[in-house]
Amino acid sequence: MEDIIISTLQRTLVAGTPLLLATTGEIICERSGILNLGVEGVMALGAVTAFIVTMTTGSPWLGVLAALIAGMVISIIHAVASVTLQANQVVSGLALTMLGLGLSGMVGKPYVGKPLTIKMDDLSIPVLSDIPYVGQAIFNQSPFFFLAIGLAVGAWFLLERTRLGIQIRSTGENPKATETQGVNVFLIRYVSVIIGGGFSALAGAHLSISYSRSWIEGMTAGRGWIAIALTIFALWNPGRAIWAAFLFGGIFVVQYLMQPLGISPNFLAMLPYIATLLILLIISLKDPRKLNAPAMLSTPYKRGER
Amino acid sequence: MQIPACRNRFFMKKIQRLEMDGISKSFHGIPANQDIQLSVASGEILGLLGENGAGKTTLMNILYGLYQPDAGQIKINGQPVQLTSPLDSILHGIGMVHQHFMLIQNHSVIENIALGYKDTPFFFPKIKLREKIQQFSRQFDFTIDLNKKIWQLSAGEQQRVEIIKALLNGADLLILDEPTSVLTPREIEELITILRRMKQDGHSVIFISHKLNEIMTICDRVTVLRKGRIVGNADTRDTDKKTLARMMVGRDVVFNINKEPLTRGKPILKANRIHVTGDMGLPAVKAISFDLYENEIFGIAGVAGNGQRELAEAITGIRRIDQGSVTINGKDITNLSPRHIYDHGVSHVPEERIRFGIAPGLFLYDNAILKQHHLKKFSSRYFLRYNQVKTHARNIITEFNVATHTIDNQIRNLSGGNIQKLILGREISEQPRLLVASHPTYGLDVGATEFLRHHLLKLRSQGSSVLLFSEDLEEIFELCDRIAVIFAGEFMGIFDSDDDRLCDIGLMMAGSKRF
Amino acid sequence: MIHITSTDRYRITRWRVVMTNVFSLAAGLVVISVIFVIAGVNPLFAISEIFQGSFGSVYGFKETITKAIPLILIGAGLTLAFRARFWNIGAEGQLLMGAIFATWTGLTFGNTLPAWGIIPLMFAAGFLGGALWGIIPAILKIKYAINEVISTLMLNYICAHILTMLIVGPWRGGTRFGFPGTDTLPEAAILSVIPGSRIHYVTLILALVCAAVLTLLIYRTRFGYEARVVGENPDAGKYAGIDFLKTTLILMAVSGGLAGMAGVGEVAGIHHYLGYPDSMSSGYGFTAIIVAWLAKLNPLYTIISGIFFAGILVGGDAIQISLGLPAATVNIVNGTLLIFLIMGDYFLNHKISITFKTR
Repeated sequence: MEDIIISTLQRTLVAGTPLLLATTGEIICERSGILNLGVEGVMALGAVTAFIVTMTTGSPWLGVLAALIAGMVISIIHAVASVTLQANQVVSGLALTMLGLGLSGMVGKPYVGKPLTIKMDDLSIPVLSDIPYVGQAIFNQSPFFFLAIGLAVGAWFLLERTRLGIQIRSTGENPKATETQGVNVFLIRYVSVIIGGGFSALAGAHLSISYSRSWIEGMTAGRGWIAIALTIFALWNPGRAIWAAFLFGGIFVVQYLMQPLGISPNFLAMLPYIATLLILLIISLKDPRKLNAPAMLSTPYKRGER
Repeated sequence: MQIPACRNRFFMKKIQRLEMDGISKSFHGIPANQDIQLSVASGEILGLLGENGAGKTTLMNILYGLYQPDAGQIKINGQPVQLTSPLDSILHGIGMVHQHFMLIQNHSVIENIALGYKDTPFFFPKIKLREKIQQFSRQFDFTIDLNKKIWQLSAGEQQRVEIIKALLNGADLLILDEPTSVLTPREIEELITILRRMKQDGHSVIFISHKLNEIMTICDRVTVLRKGRIVGNADTRDTDKKTLARMMVGRDVVFNINKEPLTRGKPILKANRIHVTGDMGLPAVKAISFDLYENEIFGIAGVAGNGQRELAEAITGIRRIDQGSVTINGKDITNLSPRHIYDHGVSHVPEERIRFGIAPGLFLYDNAILKQHHLKKFSSRYFLRYNQVKTHARNIITEFNVATHTIDNQIRNLSGGNIQKLILGREISEQPRLLVASHPTYGLDVGATEFLRHHLLKLRSQGSSVLLFSEDLEEIFELCDRIAVIFAGEFMGIFDSDDDRLCDIGLMMAGSKRF
Repeated sequence: MIHITSTDRYRITRWRVVMTNVFSLAAGLVVISVIFVIAGVNPLFAISEIFQGSFGSVYGFKETITKAIPLILIGAGLTLAFRARFWNIGAEGQLLMGAIFATWTGLTFGNTLPAWGIIPLMFAAGFLGGALWGIIPAILKIKYAINEVISTLMLNYICAHILTMLIVGPWRGGTRFGFPGTDTLPEAAILSVIPGSRIHYVTLILALVCAAVLTLLIYRTRFGYEARVVGENPDAGKYAGIDFLKTTLILMAVSGGLAGMAGVGEVAGIHHYLGYPDSMSSGYGFTAIIVAWLAKLNPLYTIISGIFFAGILVGGDAIQISLGLPAATVNIVNGTLLIFLIMGDYFLNHKISITFKTR
């Protein structure tokens, strides 16, 4: 029984890690006023890049770095389209998803189904991991877990406690006023979109080299879209994203726990998607004024408009 | 973001004299500024006078680095400078308070100041800046809670935040664009005190306005702009209002409004103790009651943001009425849909015309029937009668002088003034029983304003009634039969237009007197 | 110094629209070629193979028309939703739901009713299924302010799992030797095809009629006008007293319903039984988004853009076989072309001038 609890907790944290990474990235991006629906595609690209580089070089960290770069580079497309060319952000994001899924499928075809023999060692925090029960589950985890928590806390600090954070949030609230304060809102939006893309790719890297340690097409399974929903659920606050992501990780784990109970596996596979709709329903019951959505989210900014 | 070393403030002298030389700028081929010469010296308050649409704001946006001039140059202390972004201007010591404040409504005062301040530290900006701002505020007698969100502040307080922002950045030259339009008379006095103090400290100020009284009392010199050109310069000591008015308008201004005396008819609108909630969830209209009669123009005077917009939206069905009732000709229209209210004969010229009044990507003729498209003459049960629609659109553009080459034109391509004329034409042409008009002449030039006022009087003489919201007291007194003064969502009193008590209208608008 | 200035363009001729689209697609093909080169494929060969495979032979062209049927149906429906700024990304799920409803109808009544009775009934059922699946996100958006992009996508996943649940469970046919899938539809419930092809012409005619009727709906009717106003500016819609809920419900019912009918065509015209979601639709719901966009949200033009993208699907299949490329290649082509199409819009609406100035 004790083992089940510990392993459930452990698996919950593992399943929540990619969601947290992608959600944090999307929060930064949306705070600057740009909606990026390309998360799913960028995540897939990150997954395949990390997998191939890790397999060929033998270094998972090189794989992570390569994924990060790939994610940032492909996100430039969305930045150009939505910031410079003021294109419709919904359509541009969808195009990015198609492109990311397509590229990852093409590049990754020779690697489908091959297991990854290189393993990323778990990080164990010395004293804390000795805490009975939870110590092993929480403090003996893949480095991605600590990275995700660290980046989420870092993103919170960036947004709430630095000058750049004020500039990013102001850009999302009112780009025109922000520009009159001498801030380059185009640059801010580019940087935010690109950072967001990097985070999504990290989430993908976790999936392929740490979580399942293999690559198949469609392995992201809608996690990118769930991350976009979690961004809303987290009220655009990276701090809230931490527990939102792990709550959702729990739903992924529940699937496995309930399988022995004779419930249809197809029904269980539906759970994360139903849960996504449910959390959005719950959050909609909140007072819309307190939702904290960036006021100019997904509205292109046109310079010098009269 | 990147600040070349040569632009560092340490290497630049204080602005002794700023000149704009031969500045021209056009939008979509329509000139907004032509060959502008202007100069201002340290310790001087320069008035920039002109009608709405004369090009004052465009000119100042060029000076603030928001627009690039097509021709001409800007000189500081005789040296030509390139101002390619607001940051350039800030670093050169130019600060601007825009008419529509450039503040982030959802952010706190300190976050807004940190955003604009050029030496904000990267880490913990809010904590580190607090002391500096407080010290600065004491110097100018500003008292504002730095943790409050901007939307919680009054317009006057917001303006002070803007001024602090500019001064903190070391602005030698402060541009104020129509600064008094949102202030109560008392707040205007306070602003004047601040400006005089700045003048003593050797700052220069450019004060944009279309109100002659203000220019005469506040400014040392005045430059007059008409249709994008400079038409005159004068010392305020050596000139008078009449001369300035003639320069501004280009002819003698005789607002020959001929309001025939009419006895009011049957009541049309009855509002009974209505309560309305504002955008931020606070009560915006509190227990307002009034009646409106045939052959009557009822004016609501007050400083912007005291519940006018919410009241207009509640009557026309855009906003929910929490309590109370509204009837038209005895029929209850409380919280009916805007279409049903329209069908009861209520037209509406909204305050935020671009936001509510048009569908920007649709054609002009589509927009000409926005509120009327369901009427029998424009549509059968399912299909629109485009022939009639187009004829209707053509009639409006001829009658209301909408400048466009064709009605097959997306309305976003029209200028703000023309969009406004189309909306006015659309709402007036259907002979409404009641016209709710929010600031209908705002942004129009003199000719269009005069034309519109005649139209309102025509409606009145035809037996309709008009509910007129305006910040322009002159307009209110000229047109209205009765006047209510609104403050903080309540009426300070309702008066006949010749009531003596109206001499205290300034006090009422500030909420310090109530009848 | 090079100066790039961009000014708004207000008179946009139809010719310019066409040329901008052509240039965008051409530029997209250049980038796709680069990707092919990187993947070690001769791009000229690959691209000519795509168009050879789809338009270059009678067989290929028949296949192209076959695949254009669902694309036109869905694409036309999407133009309506997109005009009202309702981002329906859930056509894939709506298609499957239509297929589920139609299959049930076909299996239940197919043996008792004649073809002229059962076929319309199946299309009606398919429309109903798609419409129901389309109305859910509409209600979620209007009543609960839930972003429709996310809800329609989640409903895609949910519908795919419902379908799988049905075909491995209660609906698994006795004639499938234990493999997932329903029994084959009765003879009367199967759409006839143009001999020598897989073109189920009833659905094709339906698609063409729908595209024409929707064009009329958008540009000539009160409902279309209201949908356009709401899409252009929801605040103006509110001011004009347009019933937001009603408008959105109707247009999502139509948009979802057409996708549902596309599902009927796939089941009754192509597969003749209900199988795994991936085999029932090869991403038509997503490709149709590009179809609608290329048609500049005019339903009538989806006929052309639908055939064009059907050609890419067919050609994509062809190069998969001849060049050994993965199925995902089509996604690259689609994604790249869509990016270039939306980027092209900027150059349609703005005039860019580059001047060389010496200071």
